[in-house]
Amino acid sequence: MEKKLIYLDNNATTRVDDKVFDAMLPYFKEEYGNPSSIYEFAKKANHAVKEARGQIKDFLNAENEKEIIFTSCGSESANTAIKGVLEVNKNKRHIITTKVEHPCVLNLYNTLEKQGYNVDYIDVNSNGELNLEQLEAAINYDTALVSVMYANNETGVIYPIQKISEIIKSKNKETKFFVDAVQAAGKIPIDVQTLGVDMLGISGHKFHAPKGVGALYVNSKTMITPLIVGGHQERGKRAGTENVPYIVGLGRAAMEAQDNLKYEMTEVKRLRDKLEANILKNIFNSRLNTSVTNRVPNTANIGFEYIEGELILLHLSDLGICASSGSACTSGSLEPSHVLRAMNVPFTSIHGSIRFSLSKYTTEDEIDYVCEVLPGIIDKLRNLSPFQDELEALKNLKAVVRS
Amino acid sequence: MWDYSETVMDHYRNPRNVGKLDDADAIGIAGSLTCGDQLKIYLKIKDGIVTDAKFQTFGCGSAVASSSILTEMIIGKTVDEVKKITNKDIADKLGGLPPEKMHCSVMGYEALEDALKNYGHDDMTDLDDLREEPVREKIVCTCFNVTENLIWDAIKQNGLKTVEEITNYTKAGGACGKCKALIQDIIDTYYHKEEKPVQLTAAQKIIRINNIIEKTISPELQKDGGDITLVDIDGNKVMVKLRGKCLGCKNSIHTLKSFVETTLKDTVDKNIEVVEVE
Repeated sequence: MEKKLIYLDNNATTRVDDKVFDAMLPYFKEEYGNPSSIYEFAKKANHAVKEARGQIKDFLNAENEKEIIFTSCGSESANTAIKGVLEVNKNKRHIITTKVEHPCVLNLYNTLEKQGYNVDYIDVNSNGELNLEQLEAAINYDTALVSVMYANNETGVIYPIQKISEIIKSKNKETKFFVDAVQAAGKIPIDVQTLGVDMLGISGHKFHAPKGVGALYVNSKTMITPLIVGGHQERGKRAGTENVPYIVGLGRAAMEAQDNLKYEMTEVKRLRDKLEANILKNIFNSRLNTSVTNRVPNTANIGFEYIEGELILLHLSDLGICASSGSACTSGSLEPSHVLRAMNVPFTSIHGSIRFSLSKYTTEDEIDYVCEVLPGIIDKLRNLSPFQDELEALKNLKAVVRS
Repeated sequence: MWDYSETVMDHYRNPRNVGKLDDADAIGIAGSLTCGDQLKIYLKIKDGIVTDAKFQTFGCGSAVASSSILTEMIIGKTVDEVKKITNKDIADKLGGLPPEKMHCSVMGYEALEDALKNYGHDDMTDLDDLREEPVREKIVCTCFNVTENLIWDAIKQNGLKTVEEITNYTKAGGACGKCKALIQDIIDTYYHKEEKPVQLTAAQKIIRINNIIEKTISPELQKDGGDITLVDIDGNKVMVKLRGKCLGCKNSIHTLKSFVETTLKDTVDKNIEVVEVE
C-alpha cells in the first residue's frame, strides 16, 4: 500500500510545479550557455534570464526590469536589501522592525545592534496585528530603514504595508522601507508601486519554484551596495553567474502564481476555513491563535491547550500528515515561537501550537481526512497530560459557552 | 526531524503505565508548563518494593518515551535499586536520545528523585504544594529554573564537559544565556580546573576581580552591545562603570546585581558588593 502523504506545511516549502520543472529542464543540458557570453549559443540563456526578469517585474508590478535582482533565496534578498541600504546611508544609525519578523531578518538586526545600530522592535497585539502608533512614533531623523514583513510565516497575518509606507513618508522622506514578502508571494497580489515600498524580497520555493532562487525588488530611487561583490551581473548589484535554470523556474512560477491567485483566495481559503472551523468545533481544548480576517488564505495557526506540539506532529506524521509547530521542542531551540510569545499566547497553548499551511495542491479529501483523525490524536494525548483538572475545567467552560 | 530510535518511537506511540495512582505512596514532579515539559510520576511502594508506577507527561516524543520506559524500569525493583537509576540509564534503555533531547531523560531522573525524596513524609498529600515550596537549592538558570545540584548530577552521571552539553541535558543556558559563565564555573569546579583560594590577599583579590570582569563579564555584556570597566576596589566594594548599550538601559541595575555581582560573589568572595559610579 502506498503511504499516504498529506502535505500541509506549504509555508515551510512547496512542491515544484510540473510546468515550472519542465520550463527549467532545457537549461541544464541543452541551453547551458553563460548569459554573459557573446556567441550565438549563449543567447537563449541570456534571453531566458531577461524573460524571467520581465515575469518577476510583472508579478510585483515593478516599473521596469532594472529594479529586479535575482538572488539565491529570501535570506539573501533580505541581507542584500538591509545591509546594502545601510551601507549607503552610513550617517543614519536607527532601524525599525517588528518583533515577529522571520529569524533570517531578526538575527541580522541582532548582529547590527552589536555593531552599534539602534533597533526598535514594534509590538503586536494578541491577534498578531502591528502597533502602528508605536511605529509612527519611533520614526525620527536618524531612521535609515523600516523593515516589516508582508505576511507572517507562522500566523499568516497580513500587515498594512501601504499604510506603513504612507506613515514613513510623512515622517521622514529619506527613510527607506524594506518588505520581506516571502510569505505573501503567490498567496495575495503584490503591487510594489501601489504599496509604495523601496525594496521587497521574495523566495521561489514558497510558491512552487525550486529552493535556491529568490528575487529582490529595489526601486530606481533607492541606492544599495552589493552583498556579493565580483562580476557585473545583475547590474553590479549581485555578482555571480546567473543560475539560469532556477531563474527560469522562478519566472515561470511567478506567472503560474499570478494566474492562481484567485483560486488561492477562494478555494484554498475555503478549505483552510473548513479545517479551522472543524477543529474548533470538535476539539474542546483548541484555540485559534489569531482570528483576524486579514490573513493569507492558506494559513491556520491553532493551539491545543495542555498538550505539546511535537508530540502532535509525530502522531500526525505517523499518518502521513505534515504540519509544523511553534513549540520549543521542534525547533531545537529551547524556547517556543517568538511570534506567539510576542502575541502573548498563553503558555497553556503556546507549546501545543500547530500551523497548517495549505497550497493549490491541497484537496478536500485531504482536509476531510485530517478533520477525521485529529480529534482522536488530541484525545489520546490529552489523556497523557498531567493537567487533567485544568482540562476538565476547560471542557466544562466550553460546554457552557456553547450552550 | 529528530532521529529517534525504534524504542523511543514505540514508547511515544504506545506509552505504558499512563495515568495516576490515587493511592500513591510517592509522587514526584519535574518541569513546568511554562518551560514546555512537565512530568508527574506516581509510585506504589510496599515492603520497600515499587509495586506499581504510573505517569502523566506534558512534553515531546522523547519526554513521553523517557517517562514511559522509566515506569517499566522501576516496577518490581526495590527502592534502593530505584534510587540508583540515573538519566543515563533511562537514555540507554531507550537506545539513545538525540543530544538536544537528553534533558528529557534528566526530567525523568528528576521526577523520580523528587518522588523518593518525598517518600516517607507524612505530609505528602497534595503534589501541587510542592511547587509553592521555597527553593532549597541555588537556581543557576532562572529561565528554566535549573539548580546547581541538577547540573552537578548531570555532569557526574554523563561525564559532561561543555556548557553546550549542559544545555542539552538540563536546558540551563538555553534561553537568555546569561548563566553560561556560572555553568562554566560549575564545570571547572567539578573537574578542579580552578582551585578557589580560601583566603585571598588584597592584591590577589584585585587581580582576580579584574580578570573576571575582563574575561568573563565584559564579553557577555558586549554580546548585547554594552560593556563594563573596573574603576576601583575598596575592600569588598567593587566600583564599576557601565558603557555602551548598558548606559541608560532600564535593566542595568538588574545586570549589575544579578549578573556582575553574582558572578563575582561566586568566583571571588561572597561578600562582594558591586556599585555603579559615574
